[in-house]
This record gives sequence, C-alpha cells and structure tokens, in this order.
Amino acid sequence: MARRTPEGPPPPPAVQKLRLRYAKRGRLRFSSTRDFSRALERALRRAGVPMAFSAGFHPHPKISYANAAPTGTASEAEYFEISVTERVDPEALRVALDAALPPDLDVLEVVEAGPGSLAERLEGSVWHLEMRGVTLETLTYAVERFLATELAEVTRTFKTGPKTFDVRSAVVSMVATESDDPSCAILQMVVRHTTPSVRPDDILTALRAVTELSPPVPPLVTRLAQGPLLTATAGVADPLAADKEAVGS
Amino acid sequence: MHTRTAGASLFTDLEPLLEQVSKPIQYVGGELNSTVKDWDCGGDVTVRWALMYPDAYEVGVPNQGSMILYEVLNERPDVLAERTYAVWPDMEALMRSQGVPQFTVDAHRAVGDFDVLGISFSTELGYTNLLTALDLAGIPLHARDRVDGDTIVIAGGHAAFNPETIADFVDAAIIGDGEEAVLMVSDLIAAWKREGMPGGRHELLLRLAKTGGVYVPAFYEVTYLPDGRIQRIAPTEHGVPWRVSKHTVMDLDEWPYPKQPLVPLAESVHERMSVEIFRGCTRGCRFCQAGMITRPVRERSITGIGEMVEKGLAATGFEEVGLLSLSSADHTEIADITKGLADRYEGTNTGLSLPSTRVDAFNIDLANELTRNGRRSGLTFAPEGGSERIRKVINKMVTEDDLIKTVSAAYGAGWRNVKLYFMCGLPTETDEDVLQIAELAKRVIETGRQVSGRKDIRCTVSIGGFVPKPHTPFQWVGQLSADETDARLEKLRDAIRSDRRLGSSIGFRYHDGKPGIVEGLLSRGDRRVGAVIEQVWRDGGRFDGWSEHFSYDGWMAAAEKAFAASPWPIDVDWYTTREREESEVLPWDVVDSGLDKEWLWQDWLDALDETEVDDCRWTPCFDCGVCPQMNTEIEIGPTGKVLLPLTVLGAGKAGMAEQAHTHA
Ligand code: B12
Ligand code: SF4
Repeated sequence: MARRTPEGPPPPPAVQKLRLRYAKRGRLRFSSTRDFSRALERALRRAGVPMAFSAGFHPHPKISYANAAPTGTASEAEYFEISVTERVDPEALRVALDAALPPDLDVLEVVEAGPGSLAERLEGSVWHLEMRGVTLETLTYAVERFLATELAEVTRTFKTGPKTFDVRSAVVSMVATESDDPSCAILQMVVRHTTPSVRPDDILTALRAVTELSPPVPPLVTRLAQGPLLTATAGVADPLAADKEAVGS
Repeated sequence: MHTRTAGASLFTDLEPLLEQVSKPIQYVGGELNSTVKDWDCGGDVTVRWALMYPDAYEVGVPNQGSMILYEVLNERPDVLAERTYAVWPDMEALMRSQGVPQFTVDAHRAVGDFDVLGISFSTELGYTNLLTALDLAGIPLHARDRVDGDTIVIAGGHAAFNPETIADFVDAAIIGDGEEAVLMVSDLIAAWKREGMPGGRHELLLRLAKTGGVYVPAFYEVTYLPDGRIQRIAPTEHGVPWRVSKHTVMDLDEWPYPKQPLVPLAESVHERMSVEIFRGCTRGCRFCQAGMITRPVRERSITGIGEMVEKGLAATGFEEVGLLSLSSADHTEIADITKGLADRYEGTNTGLSLPSTRVDAFNIDLANELTRNGRRSGLTFAPEGGSERIRKVINKMVTEDDLIKTVSAAYGAGWRNVKLYFMCGLPTETDEDVLQIAELAKRVIETGRQVSGRKDIRCTVSIGGFVPKPHTPFQWVGQLSADETDARLEKLRDAIRSDRRLGSSIGFRYHDGKPGIVEGLLSRGDRRVGAVIEQVWRDGGRFDGWSEHFSYDGWMAAAEKAFAASPWPIDVDWYTTREREESEVLPWDVVDSGLDKEWLWQDWLDALDETEVDDCRWTPCFDCGVCPQMNTEIEIGPTGKVLLPLTVLGAGKAGMAEQAHTHA
C-alpha cells in the first residue's frame, strides 16, 4: 500500500506577518518558554486568529520565537512573530490575543513586519534586578569591582556539559541605584547578546566571585527592553521601530 | 512561626522557594479558567474546600473528577474550592525548612485554613502523598487526634470504595459520583455553621454519617477473629447505618462539567480537553473495578456532547478533544458523534481522540474517521488475556479470529503499529495462557505483513500484573506473587524473542510484579494496613506511583515491622496471595456499591466455569443488584439526533479583520 498523504488542498498561504511584544509578569515569571508557547497556541485558537499552518500530517501554526527570557525572570520585552492567512488589524489582534492569554501574560504591541530580521535586531537587553536584602553601598562596591575587572569567567552546565565563559565583555553598562526600600538596591545593566548567552544569574555569579556579594533571597529580575544596542547612551532602541516606519511610509 | 490570618496568601513566603525548585510553574496557579474567590464569599457560613489530587501537578491537573468538583463547588456563591497537589520532594524539603505549610495553587492559602480537605483517590498509590500533605498542612495525621477547628479530611474517587485501608487518616469517605454529594456536604456544613457549630466536629461528622452516604470510620468498630479475619464491622453511634451507599448521578446532560476546563501552562500528562460521553460500563469484564462500581451506564446525549465540545473548545483553545468513558466505542450513537464532530471541525486543525480499547472492526472504522486527515501511527487494543480460555474467565468476549480480523483491517487501513494490552496473573492462569500471547503476537505480525505488503509494521505487547480489586467477582482470589509474575513474564519474553523472523517486529513492554503486590495490599487492606502506610511514609516513602520513587523493599520492611506489632498472624501474603472464602467479612462490606455480594460470588463461579455474561444494555438485566439497590436505571440512546454544522472556531476572526479604511 502506498504511503498515505494528507488529503485535501494544501493549507492556505500566509498573507501577513506580524511581530508582537509581550510581558511576562508577576507569578507567571515562573513559566518557561515551552509553557508560554503552549499557552500562546491555545490563546491564538481561542481568539480566532487566522493562523497560517505548515503542511503535512502534523500541521504547526507558524510562530517564531526570539530570545526568550529564562524561567524565573520577568520581562517587559519578549518578542515573537506569527503569520496569518487573512490580513488582520494589528491592534484588534493585540486586544483579542491579550484577552485570550492568562493574566500576567500581556500582549503589549503588535506591528506588521517590515523587511529585515527581527532576531538580528535583538542585540542586547536592559536588565533590572531588585536586590532584596542588599544595601546600595554593598551593591555599589560590587559594581565598581566588577567593572574594574577585564575578565570575569563563570561556569554553567549546558546539555553538552559544563562550559566556562567570560561575562565581563558582554556587560555594556552596569549601575547600582537605590529603591524606595532601603534594604533593597537596584542593579540595572545593559548586556550584549552573545553565544552562549550571558544571563543575569551568570553576572550574579561573577559578582559573587569578585566581591562575595550574596543576596539573602534571590533578586527579582526583569528584562525591561531588548533591541539594537545604542553604544552612545548605553541602552537599546526599539526593535520594532523599523517595522513601524515601514507601515507608516 | 508568625501567625497569619486565615485564608491569607502565602505567596510572599513561597516565592523565594520557587526560585530553587524544579518546574516552579506547577506551584503558581493562575491557569486559564481557574477561580479565586473571596475567603468570605458566603459570609459567616462560607464553606471552603481544598481539593487535592494526591500526585504531582502534571498528573493531577487534568484529572476529570477533581476538575468537575472544583467547578461544581465554585459555582455556588457561598462555597469556595481551591486545588492542591502533592509537592515534589525538593519543594517539600524547602517548605519544611522555611515553615511554609501545604498550600493551594489558586490563592496560595494554607490548606489547614479550609473547612474540608477533599482528596481524590483514583489509585491507592497516592496514600503516602496524603500523609505528606496532612503533615505539611499541620493537620494531625490520625483522625482521632483532630480537634474542633481542624480541617475535615474527606476521601473520594474509585479507591475510596475500600476506605478501610485509610481509616486512620480520613475523617470520612464519600463513595461514588461526587457532583451532588459535595453540594450535599456543603449544605450540611453551612447549616451547622449557621447554628453556631453545635457539638463541634463530632456532631458535624455524625450528621454526615447519618445521611447514609458518608462513611465515617470513627463511628465503626471492627472486631477480628483470632486468625486475623474480620469478625464484624459495626456502627458505634445511634443512627449511623450499617452500610454506606454509593452516590450515582443520573441524567448526565444535567451535569455538563467541566464547562470551563482548566488550561495549565505547565505540561501535563493529558494535553487535551476531555468530554465524558458516558459513565459506567456493563461489559462485565471481571477484573475491572471501574466497570463494576460505576453501574449502570448513563449516556450523555449526542447533542449534549456536541455542546460540551463546542463550549469547551471556545473556553480553552485546546487542539484536541478526547471523548472519554470506560469504553467509548460503546456509546449508542458513537458513529454519528464522531462523524458529526469530524465534519464540524474539518479544517480547523482540531484533533479528536477516542480511547477505545475494544477489539472489533467497528473500532477501526471509528479510528479511520478520527484520523481522516491525520497520521496513522498506533492503535491500541486490550484483549487482556492471551488465550481464549482465559478471556472467557475474565469475560472479555473476543475470539482470536476476531482479533486477527480487526488487526488486519487496521494494517490494511494504513496503521503501522498495533499495541496490545494484557494482564498476567489472572485467576486460574497458567504459563500456557500467557505464552499464548507470543503466538498471538506472531500471528498479528504475519497477518500485518501480508495485508500491508510491508516489512516495517510493528506490534507492541504491553503487560502488567493483575491486582484483584474490591467490589469485583475477583475480590476473593489469591493474587499471583511478585516472583511468579516475574517468572511468567520472563518466559513470555523468551518466547517472543525466540522467533528471529517475527520477534524483531514485536515490542515487549512489561511492569514487574512488585508494585502490584503493594497495590494489592492497599486495595484489599483493612484498617490494620494503616500502620504500614504510616511506617513507609515515616521512612521517607513518597510518590509510590512513580517507579523512580517506589521502593518495594521499603514497603516490605515497613509491613514486617508494623504487622509484627499486631496480635494477629497477618502479613503481606495474607492480604495479597491468600484466597478468601465466600463467608469472609471483607473490609469493604461496609460500602454498598449496589452489587449484590451473592451475584458477585456467582459471577466468580461462572468465571471458574469459563461461562460468559452478556452486557445488560443489549440483553435482559442479569440482576447484578445495582439498579434496584440504588434506584437507578440504564440511560442510553439512541436519540436519533445528529450534530448540525456550526460556525465554530475562528468566530473572533471577524472582529480582527483589517478594515479597508484603517490606514486611510
Ligand atoms: C477512564 C480512565 C482513563 C481514560 C479517561 C481519563 C479521564 N480523564 O477521565 C483515558 C484512557 C483517556 C485515561 C488516560 C490516562 N490515564 Co487514566 N484512568 C481512567 C480511570 C479508569 C477512570 C477515570 C474516570 O472514570 N474518570 C471520570 C471521572 C468523572 O470520575 P472520577 O475521576 O472517578 O471522579 C468522580 C468520583 O470518583 C468522585 N470523586 C473523585 N474525587 C473525589 C473527591 C471527593 C472528596 C469526593 C467527595 C468525590 C470524588 O466525583 C467525581 C465526579 O463524579 C482511572 C482509574 C480510576 N480509578 O479513577 C484511570 C487513572 C486515573 N488513569 C491513570 C493514568 C496514569 C492515565 C494516563 C496518564 C495514562 C498514560 N500513561 O497515558 C492517561 C492520562 C489521562 C489523565 N490524566 O486524565 C491513573 C492515574 C495514576 C495517578 N498517579 O494518579 C489511573 C488512576 C489508573 C491507574 N491506576 O493507573 N485514563
Ligand atoms: S441491575 Fe441489571 S440493568 Fe442494572 S446494571 Fe445490573 S445488570 Fe445492568
């Protein structure tokens, strides 16, 4: 007997690609990338988004994720792209999808994709760490020491085994500031995306190595933004700016 | 430890722990369609339930029974229900060191703050996890040590049909369908609160017991014969019934739950939405406790099913719907249901699944319908017994020729792998019965190669040890010992492997006999087994349903210790491999499942005679006792209705479509 192939016409083609920014807040910072993709696929169906699918016996909705924040970290700037088979109004899609996702997974922006790759624009991230139980003084000292080093190596275990890499070169800027709570200082930094990616906890490991800084409770970590690195101001630009311009023109 | 107000959130205490445990998402709640209500939603008479599935979140969250009760209770304005699951050992250790009690995932409230802890026991292997939860919650382990103000611990689910094994730890057990029962209990608690809680928990438990539908072990005295057998189980309080009745929900269309199935973010064992298409089964397989205790058959109508699928998909966005029951292909209108649903959802990438285990050609048609445009990978059948003789003993009416016919239809329709489920250690079984499985599997492969013309088709034999269960015709039999089970399985494996030509196409998966012995001890145990459970738990036993956590040696050592302290000549064999006589008082005799004990015994004798019994849906009632005893009747179609096409998924699309003038 011949191998069965799916009957019927091929899936309708994609006519529009959209780029979305969402936030992962509150207790849902404990969701993993896989958790999010499961929730997203179901929300897209619930919201009735006319998703484009791949062909074959196991059609998959066309979604591509970019550089997700690790489990346990909150984020105001996560990105993914979807393709649809009927043109949609980006803002209407944003509202519908946001309503279909659980609270604390919030869709913040939707734009029609312009030319160019989104992933390539995500050059760096702005991280905000609430260092609970750490005074500004202690943190400031640690930051100074860290910035003074040329090389700060950490070891992390990957699927392929332990790997040692430098984190100092990825840190574009790092400042300690105070918060409303005197027992909690804020660490804000801009980190370049590298391979392997340098995660906030790698930098904390490095800080501990240079100054023995060890917060009594794990800090609350939030990614505030990611996008093209702005070296002059030590920040990042809006990665969707180009898309917005393309549509506006 | 600092004091906190009842019902306050523990999340701030929990949050630092979440950073340090595996899969923290399982502890945070916030699933789509979950509910958080005000602690005082019903004022002074609010009734608060913590519902526990005593296994890991990933197993517990999709459990149909718990999900139903959660929703039924929360629909009541004056009742609130939250969920709690067994925490993994890494979390347990942190909770102990930081003084964080057992919490609910919904609002992270302390389980000990609730009026009732309702535990859903689908399997006996969750008992040690109950003890962990009680201990973490600060609820005294033993019911007798609990005082006014302590949470009332109520067990439900299929394992509660023998509540005696856990009599030390639960205040009450509710047998059978829970929908109406939990509302009845809520009403009773609310009334008792309204009256100012007269008589404390003793009075409340007494009121529950007097309903006749709630078993309160503390109100029964068990006396024993010198040889260890039970002499009598008798009520000790006035008005408490000798036997407690199971609950049966009639008219499933009136109970379309869950209406809003939970959608977890975390991965679970059941990544789909489930719609229960009927409850109960009267096929009469003699080993099957689920079939025996859920009689009679009550079907949901085709239109009721269509509506639940439609609303459930809209509420969840799941990509697959499972049409569940104990034997889904037996629904009187299953063909119209599957065809109707497949038509309705054509082109929406919505999958349908039917956990069908019956072996007949009709099932192949159904399976083909369900996979109209999908991949045909594996199809599962459960002949359960290897030889025709043993299949007569267990009343699984399928001949070898039927099976071969079905299987060739499957391979012919493009299926590549056929899975066959069997049991080892069935009553009267010999090596020959089990070795017959190898012959059967070889015939399956030969036939499959012939009809498909391919060499790469496969067949998987899956086999596990049979555990005799209460309220079945096999409740009296001696269980096959772990060693004998393992020896038989080994012979079977060798027999499959011995054929070089066919053996390589046959996969062999088996469960060894050891876990079955522990399950057997717990299934047919009595109150004296409580000491063993406690000992195992004190020695660190947890998650006994997980092979990586289960320790047979741990259980055997604990049993030896606990039974040595008892005045009777009892041990694990006494509970498991010993055959009982008709006259023996069984621990679960206090539970009235409706099944007539004499009928069960007669069915056991029929089994020994290899006499089969028909299904009462299609033949006259054979007097199992359930319907007259429970005042119920068979509820089946056909209704003759069909599912009309719907504009289903993608209804939101209209509001999203780009307006021509948006960018003008
Ligand atoms: C039919 C069945 C299936 C069907 C349908 C599943 C389903 N969701 O209903 C199918 C074939 C799909 C299936 C699949 C699986 N199953 Co299954 N399944 C069963 C079975 C035999 C009956 C379940 C049932 O009828 N549910 C229908 C609901 C409505 O009934 P219920 O849960 O009993 O609840 C009612 C009452 O009991 C009562 N009640 C329940 N709890 C409480 C609590 C209180 C306080 C009160 C008052 C009342 C009450 O009220 C409820 C409503 O009336 C059980 C065995 C059992 N003893 O329950 C195993 C069982 C639940 N399955 C099990 C497993 C492992 C699975 C799978 C993971 C197998 C696999 N590896 O793929 C999958 C996963 C599916 C899932 N988790 O739901 C295990 C769970 C083990 C565990 N550690 O908990 C069980 C216990 C079998 C076993 N002994 O191994 N299963
Ligand atoms: S009493 Fe009769 S009709 Fe009812 S379940 Fe038993 S055999 Fe079937």
